Amino acid sequence: MDIPLVLMEGIEKSFPGVHALKNCRFELRAGEIHALVGENGAGKSTLMKVLTGVYRKDAGTIRYKGKEVEIPDTKAAQQLGIGIIHQELNLMPDLTAAQNLFIGREPRKLGGLLLDDRRLYKDAEKLFRQLNLNFSPDTKVGDLTVARQQMVEIAKALSYNSEVLIMDEPTAALTSAEIEELFRMMGQLREQGVGIVYISHRMEELKRMTDRMTVMRDGSYIDTLQTADTSINRIISLMVGRELYVNTKQAAPRLNADTVLEVKGLSRGRAVRDVSFSLKKGEILGIAGLMGAGRTETARLIFGADRPDAGEIFVHGRKLVIRGPHDAVRHGIGYLSEDRKRYGLMTEMDVRTNIAVSSYGRFRSAAGWMRDASMDENAERYVDSLQIKTPGVHQIVKFLSGGNQQKVVIGKWLTRDCDILIFDEPTRGIDVGAKTEIYKLLDELAAQGKGIIMISSELPEILRMSHRILVMCEGRLTGELSGEEATQELIMRYATMRITEPDAKHA
Amino acid sequence: MSAVTETAQAAKPARTVSLRGGATQKLLAFASLILLVLFFSLASENFFRFDNLIGIMLSTAVIGVLALGSTFVIITGGIDLSVGTVMTFSAVMTGVVISFWGLPIPFGIAGGILTGMLCGFISGWFVARMQIPPFIATLGMMMVTKGLALVVSGTRPIYFNDTPGFSKLAMGTILGIPYAVFVFFGLAILAGIVLNKTIIGRYNFALGSNEEATRLSGVNVRNWKIAIYAMTGIFSGIAGILMASRLNSAQPALGAGYELEAIAAVVIGGTSLSGGRGSILGTVIGALIMSVMTNGLRILSVPQEWQIVLVGLVVVLAVYADILRRRKK
Ligand SMILES: Nc1ncnc2c1ncn2[C@@H]1O[C@H](COP(=O)(O)OP(=O)(O)OP(=O)(O)O)[C@@H](O)[C@H]1O
Ligand SMILES: [Mg+2]
Repeated sequence: MDIPLVLMEGIEKSFPGVHALKNCRFELRAGEIHALVGENGAGKSTLMKVLTGVYRKDAGTIRYKGKEVEIPDTKAAQQLGIGIIHQELNLMPDLTAAQNLFIGREPRKLGGLLLDDRRLYKDAEKLFRQLNLNFSPDTKVGDLTVARQQMVEIAKALSYNSEVLIMDEPTAALTSAEIEELFRMMGQLREQGVGIVYISHRMEELKRMTDRMTVMRDGSYIDTLQTADTSINRIISLMVGRELYVNTKQAAPRLNADTVLEVKGLSRGRAVRDVSFSLKKGEILGIAGLMGAGRTETARLIFGADRPDAGEIFVHGRKLVIRGPHDAVRHGIGYLSEDRKRYGLMTEMDVRTNIAVSSYGRFRSAAGWMRDASMDENAERYVDSLQIKTPGVHQIVKFLSGGNQQKVVIGKWLTRDCDILIFDEPTRGIDVGAKTEIYKLLDELAAQGKGIIMISSELPEILRMSHRILVMCEGRLTGELSGEEATQELIMRYATMRITEPDAKHA
Repeated sequence: MSAVTETAQAAKPARTVSLRGGATQKLLAFASLILLVLFFSLASENFFRFDNLIGIMLSTAVIGVLALGSTFVIITGGIDLSVGTVMTFSAVMTGVVISFWGLPIPFGIAGGILTGMLCGFISGWFVARMQIPPFIATLGMMMVTKGLALVVSGTRPIYFNDTPGFSKLAMGTILGIPYAVFVFFGLAILAGIVLNKTIIGRYNFALGSNEEATRLSGVNVRNWKIAIYAMTGIFSGIAGILMASRLNSAQPALGAGYELEAIAAVVIGGTSLSGGRGSILGTVIGALIMSVMTNGLRILSVPQEWQIVLVGLVVVLAVYADILRRRKK
């Protein structure tokens, strides 16, 4: 008990232009759940990547069970018994779940000549049963939902019989039931003496699940605290080191404000069924609901990313036929995808290009040349105002931390100057500091007269921000609440309301 | 979440299809092959005859073996543009060993295969170690081997006139079927086993599916990639020997353009150029579709210019059908 399972001291790591870790310290004991907290870009993921051999440290020592070790590659970490679930899913979508689980250590037969797939699946099934996963390990990972893919990642990390298990924001894409399941598993592992590192931006989860916390800021170690003795406010002030914006809910737009967007009878398959609503100038319209309620699907229809089976869309009172996102953008509709990696960013390109891409017309000279200087200038403005942590506007987006990538997407749509902005889970994976920045931004945008739709699974956020709230369940609108009357309970009631009688709308 | 009983049930379902992947695509390709054969049989009585069918198989053999090899590299998400000229270079080296040095036939075979493997190994080295994009690395290899084949042979064909046994390698027959056909199908079975049942095959798919994730899982991605390119090279080497044996000579000027036909066969067979998906059976069917088309159109006296046009359209159509099917899912 006295010797910590892992002790990292004096860790240094630099990337070109970024001093990501400065004299970092981290200690993990056996049988504890240890939170690692800090703002976006504080270096949490990087520190854990150093521990698991993804990156090599520039300086410092790592002790494992008291012995100094070198971890030059991921294999070395696995052999020591250090498993990690990365922030970005790291799976092979074309392989089955079982093949993914045992990649790199497949059971073999005939003296190693052939793969023993029978044993592979048997082992996988056993593991699945232990973890209570109720889908077949024979499913291709690409066909699984994100949550289940996450479960595969977790199963994979556990299958190494790891004594150290690192989870980098594992709950960002999970439903509450799945989160409970994950917590149950974590508790079980803690009993068995596994040391767990848990990275998350959700303070309630941290407070509930963890024993100790280490706070990082700007690549430096700040402090390690007992969770039980520490208030959330104290953690936040350690993390951020500055005052946070506290919004009081903005006054709702005047009732006679112009309607900027109206949707009538929008339908697509079983995902979206007869959805109608309108959005006013200067209004923040929250859309709540459980995973799979059809919120994202509705947004994609409005944005032209998918074709509706039926329904009409009016912008400023004019009926539009939206053939694709290019049409939507032309009519001033911007969409911030919930899955920024897949749909929101060109991760191999730099910050400035990503911010400019939806508004290229503005950065073109009369002769058709791109005006690099004005693209730079524009990008710098948003890097400033959104406080995007990047060494410069020419940094490749893939190298930014998750939360900062999200801010780049926001910068893109702000550049485009849309009248209607659809934010789909805008604060997923974003730290408290950045979250409040984004709230402030949304308030400002609404005050400027933009119509904003905010889809979010976090009820406190919906309640705090929205002037009006729509609730969806199984593709239908099941309720509409004004900002004042809405409560978590009321929203949850509508969100779980399976429609039997067709007319259950609440006015 | 669920109860344990439910879990046990859910974990059971049969796993026959997904292991091989894209079963419907292969069915589709196979159906098109049957349709083509039916069509040509009805259109001309000269088509469905034993000697013509054997002719088709024989002409499939060389391109088919190249296509088998290409399948591996393409599933990694890479491409090998050098298979055609590596084949030629291997044939020339076989000629050098047998006709110039006067060594026995088995040495010639070994020389050809080793040449192919070495070329593949070098391409793989450049791709995996030097991080040169596969298109560029193998484009370079294509030109280098094309040149080397001409240099080594002195730009003249090398004949195997002193070793009558050599032409038997491809053209000897059992029950009227040339050995080359057996070699092709034998290699296809072997390639199928390698791809689906061995570790290199598993990593082949893993690499093509998500290389970074594979690396982070502790797999030595670079070395396996080199091995896969080398394996593709071995197939090119064997194709070279078949070709030389069939022509009873190593023709140093032949071979350019074969790589594109091989890639076409692979693609018709449903293997994805972006990696992660593909099958050997698909490639075999793809190669057969190509040669049935060429042969059938020739029998119908469609001018050769138009044959090329039609085959080109078929390649695009086949891939489009695949995309349509995928979208429906
Ligand atoms: N491969 C890389 N190349 C260059 N810079 C990098 C690289 N990886 C991380 N960084 C930079 O290092 C810093 C720390 O990033 P890291 O991903 O560790 O943050 P984080 O604390 O995990 O943030 P988040 O909560 O957003 O996930 C960031 O400024 C990031 O831009
Ligand atoms: Mg991170």
